[in-house]
Amino acid sequence: MSDDLNIKKTSSIKTKSSSVSGGGTDIDYVRPAELPEQDLYHGHSFITKWIFCQDAKVIGIQYTLTAVFTGVVGLILSWMMRMQLGFPELFPFLTAESYYQMVTMHGMIMVVYLLTALFLGGFGNYLIPLMVGARDMVFPYVNMISFWMFFVAVVVLMASFFVPGGPTGSGWTLYPPQAILEGTPGSGYGILLMLISLSLFVIGFTMGGLNYVITILQARTRGMTLMRMPLTIWGIFTATVLALLAFPALLVSSIMMTLDKVLGTSFFMPTIIKAGEMLSYDGGSPILFQHLFWFFGHPEVYIVALPAFGIVSDLLSVHARKNIFGYRMMVWAIVGIGALSFFVWAHHMYVSGMNPWFGFFFASTTLIIAVPTALKVYNWILTLWRGNIRLTTVMLFCLGFIVTFVNGGITGIFLGNVIVDVPLSDTYFVIAHFHMVMGIAPLMVIFGAIYHWFPLITGRFLDETLGKWHFWVTFLGAYSIYFPMHYLGFIGVPRRYFEMYDSPYMTSAVGMNEFISVAAFIVGAAQFIFFYNLVKSIRLGKPAGKNPWKANSLEWLTPQVPPEHGNWGEKLPVVHRWAYDFNVPGAKKDYITQTTPPSEVIEAEVEKT
Amino acid sequence: MSDPTLDKLPGGFKGMSEDIGSDQTTFKGVNWGKAMMWIFLLSDTFVFSCFLVAYMKVRASVTEPWPYPSEVFGLEVFGVPVPLLLIAIMTFVLITSSGTMALAVKYGYEKNRKMCGLFVLLTAIGGLTFVGMQAFEWSKLIFHDGVRPWGNPFGAEQFGAFFFMITGFHGTHVSIGVIFLFIFARKVYRGDFDTGRRGYFTTMKSDYVAIEILGLYWHFVDLVWVFIFAFFYLW
Repeated sequence: MSDDLNIKKTSSIKTKSSSVSGGGTDIDYVRPAELPEQDLYHGHSFITKWIFCQDAKVIGIQYTLTAVFTGVVGLILSWMMRMQLGFPELFPFLTAESYYQMVTMHGMIMVVYLLTALFLGGFGNYLIPLMVGARDMVFPYVNMISFWMFFVAVVVLMASFFVPGGPTGSGWTLYPPQAILEGTPGSGYGILLMLISLSLFVIGFTMGGLNYVITILQARTRGMTLMRMPLTIWGIFTATVLALLAFPALLVSSIMMTLDKVLGTSFFMPTIIKAGEMLSYDGGSPILFQHLFWFFGHPEVYIVALPAFGIVSDLLSVHARKNIFGYRMMVWAIVGIGALSFFVWAHHMYVSGMNPWFGFFFASTTLIIAVPTALKVYNWILTLWRGNIRLTTVMLFCLGFIVTFVNGGITGIFLGNVIVDVPLSDTYFVIAHFHMVMGIAPLMVIFGAIYHWFPLITGRFLDETLGKWHFWVTFLGAYSIYFPMHYLGFIGVPRRYFEMYDSPYMTSAVGMNEFISVAAFIVGAAQFIFFYNLVKSIRLGKPAGKNPWKANSLEWLTPQVPPEHGNWGEKLPVVHRWAYDFNVPGAKKDYITQTTPPSEVIEAEVEKT
Repeated sequence: MSDPTLDKLPGGFKGMSEDIGSDQTTFKGVNWGKAMMWIFLLSDTFVFSCFLVAYMKVRASVTEPWPYPSEVFGLEVFGVPVPLLLIAIMTFVLITSSGTMALAVKYGYEKNRKMCGLFVLLTAIGGLTFVGMQAFEWSKLIFHDGVRPWGNPFGAEQFGAFFFMITGFHGTHVSIGVIFLFIFARKVYRGDFDTGRRGYFTTMKSDYVAIEILGLYWHFVDLVWVFIFAFFYLW
């Protein structure tokens, strides 16, 4: 009987392996290489190896460290904001002006300079060449410039803390006309440096983004079809395409506002009477800025979310020892969400006075985008269903992601409807929504991903005990912060107000506000457990060895751990399957790596990929 | 271009779906740099589209009348006002430079070092002429007609703002292209693409496909100009 089965399987593999392998009788056959070996520049000095380095892995780490630095700044700003909101007038330096500056810088830093740079610049650079089986990015030199451009953008942004008038306080959306008019904090140098920094960021990102896209499209290894790529790569790829098409709107609006500020043009500036005097501005359109900004701003949400979707799928699959449920559906959902994200931007502008039909249209598209997103959530849960779940720190963060993401997603459906949004607009409900869905949820994935890939980068595990403390404090703490904020929103507490104890509706919420603030202090402090864990584990962590999580994807299969420059030693890997062959019936081990040829696992009932 | 392995690939939709479904490369036989330039141009298209959409939106909503282009952009030749004269010459020069660029690409693939270098150089000179004429046009508008980004004597003040910003942004593209054309003219003459000499900054070898990539950029800049021409001078 068993013989019978084996014959059947062998023959089925033969017939199935044709499209990439070109038919024939050799079931291990993979098409020969189309391209010659990549020419690489090997650095020799400290400067070319670690500073102006062309190795994507080093660039990825540079991006990560810079982004995390900005993230710490953003964290400290959020502490000070919570200090003011929970315990007003405790610190005299927390004035209304500085509060607005903190709100603005916190928002911009977290969205653009932390999350975007970390997911695409950090994880993208480190993982793309390794996961698709390339020796490096296709244009290592441009990639290096990309990081230094980002670095300069960060320096310019941070410089705005030290210029006269301080950083801009116009809110992270930088809406004109107030952003560049006197009376808004930082309307002099602050806003100018912000706009310059954003422009530099866009230019630098474009250089990196072209690298990511072309490496994925044109530099995969033998046997690596698009539908065998790990979902991490699909997420980063789609997000990069979104960024390349959405950042232009940010660049254009930054240039136009810079001209409004410096040359006195009136692109966004209507006729304004200030203290009885007409300003020189005339006839511009502030709504135009909002459209341009959100044409960037909404895809930006998915630029942050899609890599998180991709990464979490891989982490769940590895740590539940089960193939990802509905891989192709997941891919199409990522692509579909990416495409739809360009048609929903004006749901951020329901109260801006648009034509009501616009609201109708954008509410519809917004609700449609919930369909592929919900599909992904179901697939994550079905991946866990009857999996061999290992409750590692990585898995805990993934579960935390699913919960927070579902929570933030559902409040997103509330806000996507015009009639529900109008009363809730500009309240703490909105704050709670977007912090849950694009703050905490992607951060959960980032933490999970760092716990997951740290052994690859350093050869050592992060400490699991500290990791679990880090997770539980962060997860429960984040809920303590943002769950009450939904309620604050319902009772009508407006966002961006620096003090509200004199308002009658606030007296009932004083205790809650104090509670939120204390929770925020604790969650912020818990991140320093994580930083301590990182520093400690680089030297003292448990040695991990090769492929410690028993994963299938290529990044774990390099001859050296951590991988050296060029990644693969003498020969590039050859891929025979997708990255999700876990617990395949009939197989001897519970995982089959992507490089395992079919002849070695002839007894396993693998799916064709 | 004439890679024999590529001729065997099936064509049409079937061929396309097979390429996308296969390993290694999605666009078979397409050089990395060339693929990158296409994606970059797609991104740059969004930049110019944002500029032009913003222009259309503001032009449609300003309350003051928009200046009449054939009046503003006219030149007086021997006392006779000729509308759009300078701009016609500028456009002609730029489109011609696209033709010389195409010839440079052709000679590049024939590995005709001298002719390729000559036509890259001619393209660069064409581009430089365009930038020079644009500088003349700008200085005439600024110093002679008193058009400024913050106001002008003809009508809505956004006219000057959008004109200088968009043509300036396009002119920057042309200028960057001209710089690269001169650099590549030198590289072609020196025979870098025949000997495989390594680049000064990137330390990478290159070949004549670089000329095609540069050509893609140049044609794109020309195409954008056609739109700017239509939107500013003919509308």
